[in-house]
Amino acid sequence: MIIDPITFFVVGACFVLFMVFSLIRVGLGPTTPDRVVGLDTMNTLVVATMIVLGAAFDEVVFIDVAIIYALLSFVGTLYVARYLEGGL
Amino acid sequence: MGGLIYVLFGISVVFNGLGVIALIRFPDVYTRLHGATKCTTFGSIFTALGIIAYGFARGGAAHETLAIHTIVALVALLVTNPTGSHAIARAAHRSGVKPKGAVVDRLEGRS
Amino acid sequence: MLAILVTAVVAFLFYLLLTLGSGSVGEWSATELITGAVLSLIAGLIAGRVVFSKKERSGKSHYRMLNPLRWLTFLVYLIGPFFFAMARANLDVAYRVITGRIRPGIVRLSPGLSTDLGITLLANSITLTPGTLSVDVDEGTGDLFVHWINVKDTEPTCEAVCGSFPKWARRIAE
Repeated sequence: MIIDPITFFVVGACFVLFMVFSLIRVGLGPTTPDRVVGLDTMNTLVVATMIVLGAAFDEVVFIDVAIIYALLSFVGTLYVARYLEGGL
Repeated sequence: MGGLIYVLFGISVVFNGLGVIALIRFPDVYTRLHGATKCTTFGSIFTALGIIAYGFARGGAAHETLAIHTIVALVALLVTNPTGSHAIARAAHRSGVKPKGAVVDRLEGRS
Repeated sequence: MLAILVTAVVAFLFYLLLTLGSGSVGEWSATELITGAVLSLIAGLIAGRVVFSKKERSGKSHYRMLNPLRWLTFLVYLIGPFFFAMARANLDVAYRVITGRIRPGIVRLSPGLSTDLGITLLANSITLTPGTLSVDVDEGTGDLFVHWINVKDTEPTCEAVCGSFPKWARRIAE
């Protein structure tokens, strides 16, 4: 074992804590774009967490899901941005 | 090798935390985007680098596959993150959110 | 036709990368190779016309990015100046979060790039480097509107804001 496997869980727990903080921004607002920024930050953190957990459980599938999640959340962000511009 | 991985994870946690603090502390949507995009992208790059180093250091087919897939995830993140923030910034300006305390706004009046 | 073929080959290479180490034909199993070939052909048929659809304003060839030298330059750029600027950007954000000293504004830059890919590369680089965030683009002239967190000059030149990035973007994508 190169590093203590508990490290992965500690790093993942930190990221989950950061997600809760960005959830505060999603709740506070004050404008809709602010909330979207909070969600976008959460998406990046979810991808990072998935990668870390994939290494923790030795599951390559988690990382494949993270790739797809990154691409789909990007499409979601573009969709919301398009909606805010009024082009939908 | 173990020490290097700990350092990479440490950097990633510090910068992701900084991004979230910037998200909470800055005054308007554009400055929040600055903090959130730059810091979380940089932090996630270091998370991925840590996992890549771990995968290649552990060796074996399964762990190398893990490292290679993480490289693909890193590329996906690096391409999509700034583009998404660009889309949000443009949408914010078009939906009428003004930059707070702006010295100059050359985009004013265009749409 | 060439558009479909190029898209299919790129998709197939990507599939090979993701299934590396699955069997005994080289590094791949026969099933994976056949599935990948069929799927990437379908992807090429669907997406080829989309990937290479739009006419470039500058009239440059669509296939210029197939030159490996451009990708090598891109890799050097990514590891060298880009990564350094990104580290500096994060320390800059840390400084501004702690002191709260900001002077924001949106300025207009004329990088003088003509291709869509070059402008995209420059805009993404600007977003990840110190104190700047690209907000909008003038599609007629290729001018960028950039949110600058610490405005020193309301009519800046491109070099003052983004340093050597336009030069790199021209070398990689023009």
